[in-house]
Amino acid sequence: MIKKNDFILIGIILAIVLLIWSLSFFKLNWPMKFFMKTEGSKVRITVDGQEYKILDLDKDTTFSIEQENGKFNTFEIQDGYVDMIDASCPDKICVHQKEIHYDHETIVCLPNKVVLEIIDGQVNEVDSVAN
Amino acid sequence: MKTKKIATYGLLVSLAFILSYLESLFPIPIPIPGIKIGVANLVVMIALYGFGSTQAFVLSIIRIILVGFTFGNLSTMMYSLAGGLLSCLLMILFKKLKFFSMVGVSIIGGISHNIGQILMAILILESASIINYLPALLITGTITGTLIGIIGGLIEKRLKKFLVNY
Repeated sequence: MIKKNDFILIGIILAIVLLIWSLSFFKLNWPMKFFMKTEGSKVRITVDGQEYKILDLDKDTTFSIEQENGKFNTFEIQDGYVDMIDASCPDKICVHQKEIHYDHETIVCLPNKVVLEIIDGQVNEVDSVAN
Repeated sequence: MKTKKIATYGLLVSLAFILSYLESLFPIPIPIPGIKIGVANLVVMIALYGFGSTQAFVLSIIRIILVGFTFGNLSTMMYSLAGGLLSCLLMILFKKLKFFSMVGVSIIGGISHNIGQILMAILILESASIINYLPALLITGTITGTLIGIIGGLIEKRLKKFLVNY
């Protein structure tokens, strides 16, 4: 039932995954910074594609984004890390996601259309998921 | 003939619907948005291999809209629609091309579902960084696709006796 081509397909997919991962290594900055993940300094909150607010990571705070239909997302900034601590969405995947800290890392809440993204650092070499 | 078709679609849709619901009851403990086992894909596969491409396609659309309105809303349905349609179309294509067995087609179905969802998420949320989730989803999609493909093959073999007259 399983054909040889199936294994070739799996091989191709793995190769693509490795390619994407290595691309984030070599993307912009030179090889010197291979294993250094660099830290961002601000977090940008985007709601439904529109930039909502930008907060500095050096000020510890708890912030809540409330939308018209009662939807909300609450996150806290502590020691430069951003973590989603509560949300109105049914799955709460965003709450379970690990705290973010390095540039370009994101926490996403799809149902509420909220994206928290770390910005303003130097380019992140390592894929955020490999964290 | 028409009654038979209606009955078939009804059967397939309700099956896919229930499986989708059951799947939502057991969330996977990995916090990556979009990660799923895709058991509903099993029904699409059986429709594709047991009945035909049209049946699989119609089933996909009806299932997505029904599950979307029942368990979600229009905006969450957009993600499902993007993933589900891309997945179904590619599965139909690759089944016709005959490169892969059911397992391969199922893998393609799984990962294209994830790719479709991610592309839609990037569009709706206007955040390119979401693509960072893709490599992990490709891996999980491949694993679940393989599983579903194997199970689908087993089911289809046993179903063949009943589908002879179709």
